[in-house]
Amino acid sequence: MRALHKKLFRDLRRLWAQALAIALVMAAGAATLILGTGAYQSLAQTRASYYEANRFADVFANLTRAPKVMVAELAAIDGVAAVEPRIVKLALADLDGVAEPVSVLLVSLPADHEPDLNRIYLRQGRLPEPASDNEALVSDRFAKSHGLGPGASFRVLINGLRRSLRVTGTGLSPEFVYAVGPGDLMPDERRYGVVWMREPALAAAYDLDGAFSSLLVKLVPGASQAQAIGRLDAALARYGGQGAYGRKDQTSHAFLDAELKQLAAMSRILPPIFLVIAAFLVNMTLTRLIALEREQIGLLKALGYSSLAVARHYVEFAALIAVIGMVIGLAAGYLLGNGLTVLYARFFDFPFLVFSRNPAVYAIAAGATLAAAVLGALNAVRGVVFLPPATAMAPPAPARYRKVLGDIEMIGRSFGRAAVMSARHLTHSPLRSASSILGVALAVAVLVGSLWSFGSINYMIDVTFYRSARQDATISFANARPATAAYAVQHLPGILRAEPFRAVTVKIRAGSVERRLALMGRPRKADLSRVLDASLAPVAMPESGIVLSLSLAEILKVRTGDLVTVERLDGDRRVFDVRVAAIIEGYIGLTAFMDMDALNDRLGEGELISGTDIGIDPTRQAELFAALKTVPAASFITLQKAALAKFRDTVAQNITLMITVYVTLAAIIAFGVVYNFARISLSEQGRELASLRVLGFTRAEVSGLLLGEIAAVVAIAQPLGWAIGYGIAAAMVRGFSTELYRVPFFIGRDVYAYASLLVILATAVSALVVRRRIDRLDLIAVLKTRE
Amino acid sequence: MGSAAALERPDKPVFVTRGLTKVYRMGAVEVQALRGIDFTAHPGEFVVILGPSGSGKSTFLNIIGGLDRATSGEAYFQDHDLIDASEAALTRYRRDHVGFVFQFYNLVPSLTARENVELVTEIARQPMDAREALALVGLSDRSEHFPAELSGGEQQRVAIARAIAKRPEVLLCDEPTGALDSATGVKVLEALTRVNEEMGATTLVITHNAAIRDIAHRVVSFASGRIAVIETNAARKPAAAVSW
Repeated sequence: MRALHKKLFRDLRRLWAQALAIALVMAAGAATLILGTGAYQSLAQTRASYYEANRFADVFANLTRAPKVMVAELAAIDGVAAVEPRIVKLALADLDGVAEPVSVLLVSLPADHEPDLNRIYLRQGRLPEPASDNEALVSDRFAKSHGLGPGASFRVLINGLRRSLRVTGTGLSPEFVYAVGPGDLMPDERRYGVVWMREPALAAAYDLDGAFSSLLVKLVPGASQAQAIGRLDAALARYGGQGAYGRKDQTSHAFLDAELKQLAAMSRILPPIFLVIAAFLVNMTLTRLIALEREQIGLLKALGYSSLAVARHYVEFAALIAVIGMVIGLAAGYLLGNGLTVLYARFFDFPFLVFSRNPAVYAIAAGATLAAAVLGALNAVRGVVFLPPATAMAPPAPARYRKVLGDIEMIGRSFGRAAVMSARHLTHSPLRSASSILGVALAVAVLVGSLWSFGSINYMIDVTFYRSARQDATISFANARPATAAYAVQHLPGILRAEPFRAVTVKIRAGSVERRLALMGRPRKADLSRVLDASLAPVAMPESGIVLSLSLAEILKVRTGDLVTVERLDGDRRVFDVRVAAIIEGYIGLTAFMDMDALNDRLGEGELISGTDIGIDPTRQAELFAALKTVPAASFITLQKAALAKFRDTVAQNITLMITVYVTLAAIIAFGVVYNFARISLSEQGRELASLRVLGFTRAEVSGLLLGEIAAVVAIAQPLGWAIGYGIAAAMVRGFSTELYRVPFFIGRDVYAYASLLVILATAVSALVVRRRIDRLDLIAVLKTRE
Repeated sequence: MGSAAALERPDKPVFVTRGLTKVYRMGAVEVQALRGIDFTAHPGEFVVILGPSGSGKSTFLNIIGGLDRATSGEAYFQDHDLIDASEAALTRYRRDHVGFVFQFYNLVPSLTARENVELVTEIARQPMDAREALALVGLSDRSEHFPAELSGGEQQRVAIARAIAKRPEVLLCDEPTGALDSATGVKVLEALTRVNEEMGATTLVITHNAAIRDIAHRVVSFASGRIAVIETNAARKPAAAVSW
């Protein structure tokens, strides 16, 4: 090993704590990059290969009833590669020991072969026998939560008739990766599952012999989806087609997409923050190291080392720190990335996980880390290394201080000369002070930028469930029923209130933009399920006109008073124009409302309702649930409060995990920045501080000086950190918002307070570590040596 | 005040040490820096301590200045025991009673001359005004300059002003002219003698510059950790008459 290399390793050992602090910041950068990108790629690849292997359809269509003879016609449509007709129906299930209503989606399998599209991945057991009419394959999670292994049986209310089904096995489908029930926020495997049965059994039960109610379509690669959908809609219109849609509108796919989008957003925001801070830290530390070694540098050059060789020596020092950071970061990124992928897999039903091991991601992370180190180093090395040896060997000119503004006098009067020292020292190296302030501010910002989301989710829950959707449950009918059906519901046991609603699947169009959604008709003075304006005041349904959620209005680019075109997708496909009467708040989904009577007028089918929102007497809930299991007209019951509990549960789990991760990351930054800043300050002012001790300043007073400097940096950093955190949060809101849900941008004061508190704690710890060094200052040595 | 009077007056001594020893351990080697120092200094005395490098004079000054601890023996400042004092008591002692002047000035570069003095007056019990202290060392017109803007001699005079501003009972100077040329050094010595006369602070000046001996009441010579000779100057020379 060459002598310079020995010096390198000894320097590193001597400065291990500072080097480690920097390496950890770099590691955090590399790790978050690999973690985010790795998990994103793993999930994206898992999804892609699952879709590919199980032939996930490209286009989906639901209809009332079409004869199978027209399948050939559909298959002949330009761009269509394969079609799969089937029967899909929502039904209530009755499981032993489960009080609350359970819904299942009944999906038909071809009579005597496996489906060609949306193929099933068999987890356990076998498919139902071709001729069987009471055998069923059950979605894996649903089966597990109810203990439904092969051979078990349960009851389903199929078209009004109670049928006992025998479980033959459990399976997964690319269609139900995220199996969320209608109206639910997230999958609840206790209350919603998928049940596959052979087609003849379902056809007989639903009077669909020789017919189908759902169509899967695979397109030829490169075919225009919009054109295919147009043709399909035209062909299916007279069979009660409800409008074909692509994967974008397929629930499971859309949720998965939203999740991937969030992951991508995360891996774009965090890593650069860490790497920028790491570059600052390298610069700070190396600048000081080089200043201290000025004479050695002169000596090396006098001995015949070239400027470049000396420069390389210091860049290598930074690179060595980067290598340590890289190793920690790559390993942590690898492990955490796998962990995160597995965590995601808990929410998504994949038969297998593909862990992305894209070497490019690791190479980019390693390269970015190294680049941050070298960039920081080059700037530090520039100053001294290229001085002529004689100049370098001479001590540097004494630091020239300036008076800064007139306030110094004021500081002196109120806090003493020691405070003046701190203030002048801070302003003497403005770049270092500024980068330290920025570093601490970024620690605060990382926290504000992550902790805000929990408050926002609570806010969203509060608005959605306690001010808007205040019903305990929603009963959805399989088909629209006369308004009198509401009275029948009203008379069920334990119902306190019932408010009917009408829902129709429509396309809303403005100009060239259109969206597919359920248009809801509500009673004018609905009180259970309310629609709120931006100030959260309830909005009465306008006599005529449509009410749009803000996110929908933004997508359609319409304002109050504009006209939008509504095209009905189920039923007679009528088209009508309606004026936007109001724009409302709403975080979940794209929503549109009309007055129920006005909507029924427009639809021209008389007074129909699609279901009712209900308020339940909690003491009679069990009675009600038992009764609901036998209501033939009900096909799905959304339990808002149960959904909320499930949602809260999941959020709580995630919060603990996320808070741990982000607090760790922020603590690494805060500690790294403050520790380095303090050590460098101490190294520069050690002599002055020792002089003060000699003059009779106590340890506490001398520590107070340095700690005061740190305190000033940290204090100035707070508001800056809040502002940057606000920016990060705003960027994340943009990155996280999808058409499925919009995250309300709401940062409570407590978020700023917690962020500051945590960073101040981390600061205090590193300050204490440095304080021990102040206490050990060698008073006599200082007096005997020249700076 | 005459030199004889200073020596023989009956008031209580400022410093008394008996059998003071100091052993440094440097790895496996023990270095005997002091080998039994018996010393007494009286109020208002101006003592010059001479001796070659390694003779123990700085170690001695550090111990009676409360910067270092003896290995054995006794050391008193007035009634304060400096041997058994706690760390905090020594800090208190330095703060309230001792003024230090060092070879390398040890000024705070980020504070002006006046502010460097105020650093001390802010924590002292009965300080003089910083401007007054600077006037005593002849630096009234340089009080707003930063150390980097002052010559070596001027910086050392700021250090003296800083040391005396607290009205210390003792002024301990370790090679105060060591880094200065003769002409500048004389100015510093003039400042020291003037302060000694006007304030009556007992002044101990370490030097290896024998030319300075003539300005003292007493000259104490150290050699190999012991006091070799104590001489009393029958007639002191003014600082201006000294040169090297």
